[in-house]
Amino acid sequence: MRYAETGFNLEVDLTRGSVERVPTDPRLTAHHLGGLGTNAKLFWDRVPPEVSHFDPENLLIFGTGLLVGTPAPGCNRTVVSCISPQTRLFAFSMMGGFWGPELKHAGYDKLVVRGRSPEPVYLWIRDDRVEIREARHLKGLGSLETAEAIRQELGEPHAQVASIGLAGENRVFFASIEQGKSSASRCGVGAVMGDKNLKAVAVRGSKDVYIAKPAEFLEMCNEALAFIKVRAKSPIPGVMPILAGLGSPQEMAIHDEKWHTENFAWGNARVRRKGFWTKDVAEQWTGTMETMRTRLLSCHNCPMKCGAAISVDTRLCSYMMKCFSKLTYTMGAFSDLDFGLRIAQKATEHGVDAFSAPQTMAFALELLEAGILTDADFPGMPADNEGRFYWLLDRIVRREGIGDVLADGTYWAAQRIGKGAEAFAHNNIKKTEQLPLKLGMLNPIYFLMYCTGEKANITQIEGNYPQAPFATREEREAFVKDWPQVPDERFKEWFVEWELRGEKSIPQYPPPDATCEIVNWQEKMHYVDDATGMCAGLSSFPLKPPFHIHILPKLISSASGLDLDETGLNQVTKRNRTLVRANNLRRGLTREDEKPPEDHWKNRFPELEKQLLDEYYRFKGWNLDGVPTRETLAELDLGYVTEDLVKRGILKDEGAGVTP
Amino acid sequence: MKSEKRKKVVKTIRIDVDKCNGCRACEVICSALHAKPKYSSNNPARSRIRVTRDPLSNLYLPVYAGDYTAAECAGRDRYVIDGKEYGECAFCRASCPSREAFKEPDSDLPLKCDLCESDPTIEVPMCVQWCLAEALTFEVREEEVEEEPKPEDVDAGLTALADRHGWDKVADALRRLAKDGGS
Repeated sequence: MRYAETGFNLEVDLTRGSVERVPTDPRLTAHHLGGLGTNAKLFWDRVPPEVSHFDPENLLIFGTGLLVGTPAPGCNRTVVSCISPQTRLFAFSMMGGFWGPELKHAGYDKLVVRGRSPEPVYLWIRDDRVEIREARHLKGLGSLETAEAIRQELGEPHAQVASIGLAGENRVFFASIEQGKSSASRCGVGAVMGDKNLKAVAVRGSKDVYIAKPAEFLEMCNEALAFIKVRAKSPIPGVMPILAGLGSPQEMAIHDEKWHTENFAWGNARVRRKGFWTKDVAEQWTGTMETMRTRLLSCHNCPMKCGAAISVDTRLCSYMMKCFSKLTYTMGAFSDLDFGLRIAQKATEHGVDAFSAPQTMAFALELLEAGILTDADFPGMPADNEGRFYWLLDRIVRREGIGDVLADGTYWAAQRIGKGAEAFAHNNIKKTEQLPLKLGMLNPIYFLMYCTGEKANITQIEGNYPQAPFATREEREAFVKDWPQVPDERFKEWFVEWELRGEKSIPQYPPPDATCEIVNWQEKMHYVDDATGMCAGLSSFPLKPPFHIHILPKLISSASGLDLDETGLNQVTKRNRTLVRANNLRRGLTREDEKPPEDHWKNRFPELEKQLLDEYYRFKGWNLDGVPTRETLAELDLGYVTEDLVKRGILKDEGAGVTP
Repeated sequence: MKSEKRKKVVKTIRIDVDKCNGCRACEVICSALHAKPKYSSNNPARSRIRVTRDPLSNLYLPVYAGDYTAAECAGRDRYVIDGKEYGECAFCRASCPSREAFKEPDSDLPLKCDLCESDPTIEVPMCVQWCLAEALTFEVREEEVEEEPKPEDVDAGLTALADRHGWDKVADALRRLAKDGGS
């Protein structure tokens, strides 16, 4: 009997058209839990670095977290993994929604897709019955249109469908996989799905998911729900409203956008507009949101309402959105919210990442302005600002003309364009577009997170520690009074001492040793969530969440029956994190790649930065090249990784015990 | 017949469809509670509450399982409320042959909401407890009802027949049928 998990993966080979239900090894669950952890293990075992992103041998894995499909609130996440066309590294893009729990109830922990179908197809998974179905008639349809068409032709209104739009079909490097109100957007997972000629995966499940210790487990779920109710009534003072509560940033519910519009950068992530948020703008944008937002929405079994149904025409819902995609198109185009919500509808149907797409379009227009691209590159482009963005989006998702170049994202497009275009692709880490944010003083915590986060997205590593100190000591003392989520008391001390200005302020404070601990804690919580399928919004992302390091081991063990305490969970998490890094190291990741976006901070400190990175690598048990040492790998039972990395010359055989 | 006063406990789950966010927590916890042993598994397909959830049509409609019926209905209705069109079976509580809701997925046995009848007693049904959106709320009230003793079902049926055909015809028919049946 397997608990929390089903114990089976569904393996589909699209080249051969074969489908197989494969039992999994319970020891892997004990070692990696599930989700990202077991995805990383499958990649290590089956996708060597010789396989590149658009090879049929690249796997596309939809891996549900270990607790997905159990009653644990917010456990609904699916980790989509493949080799990314953008970063050329191991990608783990995630989606919430309803698809993952449905797959669990159909009897599978993961869907593992390999090969490439000669014709467009979609998968229909109905419990034990799995069909590879012809999808020629769905070619060119939008992602939501596809889902709707499939539900109708199957006569299954409750089927959950993950699908790609034109962008995925045309292998746009930042194409997403869309699934109702959620999407796996980062790192071009939709392009790999398109490359496999897989238009969609529809799932319907009607099987049980079992719990090992029901009474204990349910009590924890009830306590979490009670905590969420209390937390809803007590937002954290001193932080911006969208971050004061639980869930992902409450962009759909809250209208005050002063912080984003004035502190984040517009256009191609360069221009800050102080004083932008006037009373008039506030009124106009509030009106737009109130008119176009028709309902706040939740993911499977989650009490938060992070998403919203948006209506752009006469329908009550044209598409669903959440979080900062509300503003990325608006700010990329220097336009207003009405435009942003309208073009996002098209972008969602086409299936593109809402960070990368607007920045890539703004980048193209900057290159035009700079004379690196010319009018001849944009034949037929309308003259009006908004019209240009619609035109560019259309060219990109069809890979027509300049769109074919831009479809590779800013990094690769700049390489293809040359003539100094590289300097305009300035807002990337590991070749992928970041939040449009330009700041003054280097923050040591964020420096390390930007450098070493292998998700290549800051929101997937930051979270539980406040982004900045509160102005007064009294406020900081009040904050730490009720903070059981921290690993230990030192984290509270560091925060109480942290000042806005003076000796104990950034970049020198927190000192490197504390910075390492803070970064490690925040990243660790994301890796726990990525293995369990818990939404970051109830755990690793907000301040003072219901689920944390002192609660999660018991939640996981009572659900799964695994013998797991805090030490054990820390060990599993470290193992998963190290295995992700190992996958990337043998794909060519080096210390050279670990840096923040070029001009993220105006004030930089090369010596301090070097010291921070050195210390963090050491803290993680890595050598100065960022490669895990033999001791670290041995301690994590990853001897097979040592062997491979030594053979490839990545882990230099300096003899055991040599730690830099 | 003499009427008498008596106290009756009325339990109501109030469903505010405008507050439903379609998270299906009600389905999850309902199926978990009714698992044996309690909470040892969950499966929304076994739930005694089902949410019709169709975001693109803006439909969010939790419905509770009611009585079993052996036959599907001949005519069905579609409701249009505030421009939203609800499917033919949307509001129906029946466990019926024409749909899969409210049946055990493996045996097809009918399911019916029992307001979480359980030992120890659960005062507020679990679906309500888990609905933090407050789309489901629970009300218990005591009503003093003046209740006339209910006529027996057979009496009511016969009276209806007599209303239509007259007592003489009904009496004749009864005598004839009783003779046939008794022979």
